[in-house]
Amino acid sequence: MEKSQSEIRIILVGIAKNPLGFMGLVIVGAIVFSAIFAAWVVPYDPIEMNIRDRMQGPSWSHLLGTDQLGRDTFSRVITGGQVALKVALPAVFGAMAIGLTLGMVAGYGPKWLDNFLMLLFDTIRSFPTVMFALAVVALVGPSLQTVVLVVMATSIPTYGRVARTQTLTLRNSEFILAERSMGASMARILGVHMLPNIIGVLAVLAAMDIPTVIALEAGLSFLGLGVKPPTPSWGALLKDGYALVRQTPWLVIGGGLPIIIATLGFTFLGESLRDVVDPKLRKNQ
Amino acid sequence: MTDVLLEIDNLSVDYETARGDLKALRNISFDVRKAEIVGIVGESGCGKSTLISSILRLIAPNTRFRSGEIRFEGSDLLKATEREMRALRGDEISIVFQDPMQTHNPVLSVGQQMVDIQHRSKAPKGEKRENAAKMLAAVGIPDPEARLDQFPHEFSGGMRQRIAIAMALMSEPNLLIADEPTTALDATLEVQIIERLQELQREMDCAILFISHHLGVIAELCDRVVVMYAGAVVESGDIRKIFHDPKHPYTRRLIECDPGHIKTRARILPTIPGEVPDLANIPDGCIFRDRCNQATERCLSQVPPLESVGEEHMAACWLNHEEVTA
Repeated sequence: MEKSQSEIRIILVGIAKNPLGFMGLVIVGAIVFSAIFAAWVVPYDPIEMNIRDRMQGPSWSHLLGTDQLGRDTFSRVITGGQVALKVALPAVFGAMAIGLTLGMVAGYGPKWLDNFLMLLFDTIRSFPTVMFALAVVALVGPSLQTVVLVVMATSIPTYGRVARTQTLTLRNSEFILAERSMGASMARILGVHMLPNIIGVLAVLAAMDIPTVIALEAGLSFLGLGVKPPTPSWGALLKDGYALVRQTPWLVIGGGLPIIIATLGFTFLGESLRDVVDPKLRKNQ
Repeated sequence: MTDVLLEIDNLSVDYETARGDLKALRNISFDVRKAEIVGIVGESGCGKSTLISSILRLIAPNTRFRSGEIRFEGSDLLKATEREMRALRGDEISIVFQDPMQTHNPVLSVGQQMVDIQHRSKAPKGEKRENAAKMLAAVGIPDPEARLDQFPHEFSGGMRQRIAIAMALMSEPNLLIADEPTTALDATLEVQIIERLQELQREMDCAILFISHHLGVIAELCDRVVVMYAGAVVESGDIRKIFHDPKHPYTRRLIECDPGHIKTRARILPTIPGEVPDLANIPDGCIFRDRCNQATERCLSQVPPLESVGEEHMAACWLNHEEVTA
């Protein structure tokens, strides 16, 4: 345990040394912090209506103004970040865990299992994500869980394919043969020796995937298929703002800016994570 | 009879290919006794690697065992279950591979790998780490405690090979298979590795099956030697007898071609003319006849058997028979 903690420290320090990585770390840190402590950070209740103060521009009392029902946009943006992370993190990490497991099994296991899993992955991938989401939402109704599940199901093949390719390359490498000739079981080879070789690539993929998922959630909410009102979400903010863009630009800005910032932050983090996870590319610590 | 550790008895192995069966090993017989070093020499493609993978049973899916037995401490490895084989690998039988740049996991520190390799032991992690450090010290890695936290790419090729040897010897195996462990290293390192192997072998009392195409190394290190050609044993026996009085033309030519034996400056290095016969389509008679300058009528039609030509010395050549009859 102590060992892996120092590993995490090495990675964090490595990211922070890179200027882009540092920015990514700050942005993601800020988003995560504001999402966790949303209840304390927000100046107003994000769903409390105040008709007298509706459609205001930015002021000291309302940093990003208010919407058509007088709700504080800044508070809704912060709470919307919480919703975005609630969708993105479980969806991405769930997809990564399942995709990694299936991909490694496909790459290392018998050929028929590989064929079956590949067929499954290709089938899932052949559905356009948004269409698939529309169909599922139409069947079970819009909710946060539905969005998470749809996003997870559609991104499993991406992780699965990468994990499989990595496993296939590794399985014939000499060090894996060396492990086998030293009596390592299949579980040991996959868990102890292959996993650390693959996880870095997938972590980078996941970090780059989080903004995609955030945008997807926003998109679904924009279409009215995501979270139900009055729960604030960045996509829902955009949708309201889009309707009222002639009256005030601040709702569109409040909904769009965080999506852009979050996308940049996670992408920076992913990019610099890629340079750090490989011990060979690490600068001398 | 002395204590036999590994006994290979009439082993024949084929590879099934689209062109028909490739007869990679034919009627191989030799043994390795406890605590002795046996060398296997032969040019590339003569079946050395097939032999090793057969002993460990880490074979390609198209491998077929046609006949024979591989007995390790009396039990036939070809009949053992996968579970039994796994229990042997890395415990009773260990292996050091040719290329030290490839045999370590690039993303785990040397310490993590050396602790992991002791997965059979129930000892606490700290103790396993101490064992690892001790083993690294034994193969001559300075400051082993600190170096455990380093990654494979931070070591030189020679050091990596020493680490590989340390890992292989961790479990104090009875048999260490060394698959051309010095081929990828330069000459100075080769000597160091060989000396270290010799020392460790004396300390641990394990047998070594040393595969190489470098005759000098074999002569230096081994007690006995097996000469292989095109998937068959052509000569085997005591190291001194084979080097001083080779009874097979192939062995003779091999010794002549060894750069260490060439005393005068030559414009053209000696070679053995011709090529190894196609293993999918083996001609009648002696497999070496096309490249042999002493081949006779008999060599064209009849396969010479591997027979005793003296104490601790076997060869498969008709020339030895004629000497006896004449």
